[in-house]
Amino acid sequence: MSEHVLLGDEAVGLGALHAGASFAYGYPGTPSTEIIEYMQHVLAHNPAELFQGSAEPLPRASWCSNEKTAYEAAIGASAVNRRVLVTMKHVGLNVAADPFMNSTLMNIQGGVVLAVGDDPGMHSSQNEQDSRYFADFAKMPCLEPHDQQEAYEMTREAFDLSERFHVPVLLKLVTRLSHSRAVVRPRAPRARNPMLKFSGRDDFMVLPATSRKNYAAHLGVMVELERESVASAYNPLVLADEGADIATRRSRPFAVITTGLGRNYYEENASDLGFVPDHLHIGMYPLPMDTIRRLAEGASRVICIEEGYPYVERLLKGIVPQELVVSGKLDGTVQASGELDPDNVRAALGLSPLKSGAVAVPFSLPGRPPQLCQGCPHADTFIALKEALSPYPESLVTSDIGCYSLGFLPPHQVIETALCMGASITMGRGAAESGMHPVVAVLGDSTFMHSGLTGLTDVVSAKLSITVIILDNYTTGMTGGQDTIVASPGIRAAVLGLGVEPEHCVEIVPLAKNREQNVAIIAGELAYRGVSVVIAKRECIQTLKRRNAKQGAVS
Amino acid sequence: MKYDIILGGVGGQGILSVAAVIAQAAMASGLEVRQSEVHGMAQRGGAVQAHLRLADGPIHGDLIGLGRADMILSMEPLEALRYVDYLKPEGLVVSAEEPYNNIVDYPDEAMVLGAVAALPHGIIVQTKQLAREAGNPTAANMVLVGAASKYLPIELPRIRDAVKARLASKGEAVVEMNLKALELGRGEK
Ligand code: SF4
Repeated sequence: MSEHVLLGDEAVGLGALHAGASFAYGYPGTPSTEIIEYMQHVLAHNPAELFQGSAEPLPRASWCSNEKTAYEAAIGASAVNRRVLVTMKHVGLNVAADPFMNSTLMNIQGGVVLAVGDDPGMHSSQNEQDSRYFADFAKMPCLEPHDQQEAYEMTREAFDLSERFHVPVLLKLVTRLSHSRAVVRPRAPRARNPMLKFSGRDDFMVLPATSRKNYAAHLGVMVELERESVASAYNPLVLADEGADIATRRSRPFAVITTGLGRNYYEENASDLGFVPDHLHIGMYPLPMDTIRRLAEGASRVICIEEGYPYVERLLKGIVPQELVVSGKLDGTVQASGELDPDNVRAALGLSPLKSGAVAVPFSLPGRPPQLCQGCPHADTFIALKEALSPYPESLVTSDIGCYSLGFLPPHQVIETALCMGASITMGRGAAESGMHPVVAVLGDSTFMHSGLTGLTDVVSAKLSITVIILDNYTTGMTGGQDTIVASPGIRAAVLGLGVEPEHCVEIVPLAKNREQNVAIIAGELAYRGVSVVIAKRECIQTLKRRNAKQGAVS
Repeated sequence: MKYDIILGGVGGQGILSVAAVIAQAAMASGLEVRQSEVHGMAQRGGAVQAHLRLADGPIHGDLIGLGRADMILSMEPLEALRYVDYLKPEGLVVSAEEPYNNIVDYPDEAMVLGAVAALPHGIIVQTKQLAREAGNPTAANMVLVGAASKYLPIELPRIRDAVKARLASKGEAVVEMNLKALELGRGEK
């Protein structure tokens, strides 16, 4: 097949299609969004080339309400033998944690691969949690690619592992790989699985009786998976000198363990070291314990260079002899937070920085933080909200995850909290019940459908005073404008269906020219003692521009 | 041969197109390419950077280290200055002249341009004016590619092909204007 220049995310999407996945389910979230977007693009433009001769309907790649619904749909498809890819960002896995944790007890039929995009350095996230811990927690195998080609290969391999061992497989990605392009050389696609219902009565059931049995069996599978990991080409151990005795090996300054992109930055710097360390790269988990022991027996010190948390480093101390010095994020050898890069890895290896051509800039450079786009509808809503709140000496504006989180920063500085998807309404509940008034919860249309419905149900049933502002821009703006799961009329219907009084479910059009009117409407709802919902309806400027450009090109 | 480029600019200025054109041209010239991009929240009007690495052998990572870049290519002079620590001693800075002033504490514009010009190898390009001469103010980023092209390890025809391929769907007039912008940028001292 021909070469493609692909983002890491796109390589995963193509890998899944070539592995014979029938479906992809996900919720948009940086850096994972481009996986499903790319699959949708390929399926819309190029299916014949990909799926010659197949009588089956084409695969489908779909956005879901949230990560939990996506993951559950995947397990359902697997139960009838279809292969499925699920995609989400790292914090999305928190939302999907319930089905995720139990899914290793399912007797997976069609392969299930969960591609999770971690975001070390928090380019576009609220934390830098490391999904390898989740894989470990659920006792699920995990593959971690270090370049785009490997992202493609590992996606395919993950489907094989999933079907061989009857477990889902977690594919851990990071922003830097997801959003970097390189040449990928794909292999021939394979056919999809036919639909076939599972045959064992206990295969997809989690009553205590079935779970006890399935869990015991799964522990056995984990032992087999560890053997697989020791033999895996994704966990290469390269000894500098195969023939050297242990004393000679131990006389070298250190050996190196890398995971993820740590490998790239290590290789980038290794030639400056002046000696060749023994090197183990880990790309497949559960950890290859025996391979680690082989590295450790010939080392006096091991430096762990891991993208993410010090997962291997922490476990090492229990595996290897005590006299060995383990260095990494825990002893400060490697920078403890943020992304790895060629420079901090260079420092960890004890190398001095390269000489830079920089001349000092004679003044300090101001930062340039992200801000709402020119003409963004959220800006007009924020302006009106701020004005409506101005008569109150005290108020609380809780908010959520989306472009509108930028309302925390100048020039608006109107929202005050963000915790996780949907928490604006529920945090607002706690504050309102505690006596705070007015309480305003601001969240986007996509976030409302993701995790806001249950919270709104809570505040309605508790009969609290709170004003919910749903910023309905007809899209999932922050991740580049994916279609929302429910269009505007559906949002209003849902709000009313949950018991909000129709006269307190009002709409505004956030435009500068409507400011006075919008301030008056919001002020009216703030004064109301009860649950009110203001839906601010205007399309995201970015999707509007793109639509106009498209129409222009057609005409 | 290795050639490492840090691209700088403000979200929305089209630095991903700059990266894509150079990457495509490099690939057509038989080079290995790695290109790291910025997506998501950081794209909204904030400082954005991309790393573009070209080599005639394998490339290990997606990121360029400090003191290793052969070129800083920036759509905005303040953003060019932000990345000078990445430069090799003999590295070049090619920056658009026009400031993008969307922050309250933007420094004195003459001072910013003076600092770029004072770099050992600083080149300032009048991208906006040349793009207007080419007939399309939005082609400023192709002017910048043109200015950089004199120093890149890529033949001009490959770059022209990449511009054509990228813009083909927008019609011949747009392609011609962008090629003109590329040429005007290349002629710029
Ligand atoms: S992408 Fe859309 S919603 Fe987000 S800041 Fe820009 S206009 Fe606003």
